[in-house]
Amino acid sequence: MAGGRAADAHPHVWVTSTSELVYAPDGSLTGVRHAWTFDDMFSTYALQGVETKAKGVYTREELQPLAQTNVEALKEFDYFSLAKADGKKQQFDEPVDYFMEAKDGLLTLHFTLPLKVPVKSRQLSLEVFDPTFFVDFKLADQDPAKLVGAPAACQIKLRRPADGTASAQTLGEQNFADGGNLNFGITFANKITVDCP
Amino acid sequence: MMPKFCARPVRTVVIALATLAVFMCLDAAVHPMLAQNAFGGPRPAAAPQVGGIVGWLLARQSEFYLEISSAIRSAKSDGSAVWTLLGVSFAYGIFHAAGPGHGKAVISSYLIANQETARRGIALSFVSALLQALVAVLIVAIGAWLLNVTAKSMCSAETGIEIASYALIAAFGARLVWTKGGGFISVLQARPRLQVAAVGAHHHHHGHGHAHHRHDHDHAHDHVHDDHCGHSHGPEPGELAGPGGWRRGLAAVLTVGVRPCSGAILVLVFALAQGLFWAGIAATFVMGLGTAITVATIAVLAVSAKDVARRLSSASEGSGALVMRGIEFAAAGLVLLLGVGLLFGYLSAERVTCF
Repeated sequence: MAGGRAADAHPHVWVTSTSELVYAPDGSLTGVRHAWTFDDMFSTYALQGVETKAKGVYTREELQPLAQTNVEALKEFDYFSLAKADGKKQQFDEPVDYFMEAKDGLLTLHFTLPLKVPVKSRQLSLEVFDPTFFVDFKLADQDPAKLVGAPAACQIKLRRPADGTASAQTLGEQNFADGGNLNFGITFANKITVDCP
Repeated sequence: MMPKFCARPVRTVVIALATLAVFMCLDAAVHPMLAQNAFGGPRPAAAPQVGGIVGWLLARQSEFYLEISSAIRSAKSDGSAVWTLLGVSFAYGIFHAAGPGHGKAVISSYLIANQETARRGIALSFVSALLQALVAVLIVAIGAWLLNVTAKSMCSAETGIEIASYALIAAFGARLVWTKGGGFISVLQARPRLQVAAVGAHHHHHGHGHAHHRHDHDHAHDHVHDDHCGHSHGPEPGELAGPGGWRRGLAAVLTVGVRPCSGAILVLVFALAQGLFWAGIAATFVMGLGTAITVATIAVLAVSAKDVARRLSSASEGSGALVMRGIEFAAAGLVLLLGVGLLFGYLSAERVTCF
């Protein structure tokens, strides 16, 4: 996807985002695996003209050129992803393992962003947002962030833009327990924070 | 339709204030765009805070835009939802155009630079907005419906049109700067002579008239005796823009209108996929109507602001013309800056979406 160089635009594309933070056995973060589901209007637009064998059924192979276009276009926008290790910005490599799925008329783009250099840090943050607000990113209601292979002591905290609250949860890759209601103020950024004490 | 005002004594301070008012009006239209020229630079560390009026407008647009897609969805089973669709599209058009955008800025600046009337401003606003709707419909009708090309191909067409549109705005701005620069410089040069003329012509009530006569003659244009108490306070619009100024204005505005709105394209493709292309087309034109109303309002405000400036400055001998030509020159410069800025990506307007 990606593309609206819209300053002060209202969103034209809505994305529900799920991210997995992938760790190496030594406890360093190696990359981020995103799954972005687009709204139905944009999904319909993106699927326009895509040739399929069976009408209305899109296979991964048939969607691969679209996935390719999307990840290439995303580069210009730094993949709408900002990772920081102990406050220091991290660089991403070109995306790998990208593909698209169409389910119930909704397109989901899967791609992995490897870090140029795997990083070990006490605190790590990942923000997913479009500063031009052309794409409205929303963390999925259920499990928007998962840790894959992270050290057991690591904890995920989420900050969603709408309510300005963060929910913390204790370790576990899948379990989310509501945490403190920390007020971060209203902002458009979706922030995932991982603390590994 | 030029207001006919006789010169009356107003202090220079007032003229300065009027000039300021015009520029603030322009600034209000353009500033939010210029404020975004950091795009392409380093990503801001923190998320931007979109607040104030712009934030509010964006929130409304966002709501209406989402309602458009849900109205199309429900129109599939319930025909009456088409009325909802049209109503929401109209509201979307009004709000969408109220946000920052280069179209309004170009049209308003053109009107100010070229001494256009409010009525022409309204006409140009409607023509450009409806053309914008037509181009969006044509792109989707030919691209998606007729040829069944991919979104990427349609988008390439959009991008091509967009770049051409920006280049034309820049070219048009350059031409305006050239003409208006001439007018501005000759008024500047006329100033010293004016003082001499005024001293030597005490009997003449309108001492500044000489300067303008000279100015007109310098340009070898016909002297027009209609507005402003029988004196031409400067070349008429047609003279400055050359023959066919109004038609050229139309052409200029078409270059603005030819660039389709990405939102309309998305809505049209979505409607087409739902088997409701006609509803999408209707929605797009109603959207254009809403846009036209907002742009026309802004254009009328711009023209009125200039009229106020003209009224106030007409009282001042010599410097009044200088102020007016200065405003026109600045507005012309703005059109050029907008065109160049958009073309080279220093300004990011709502860009075509390529996926």
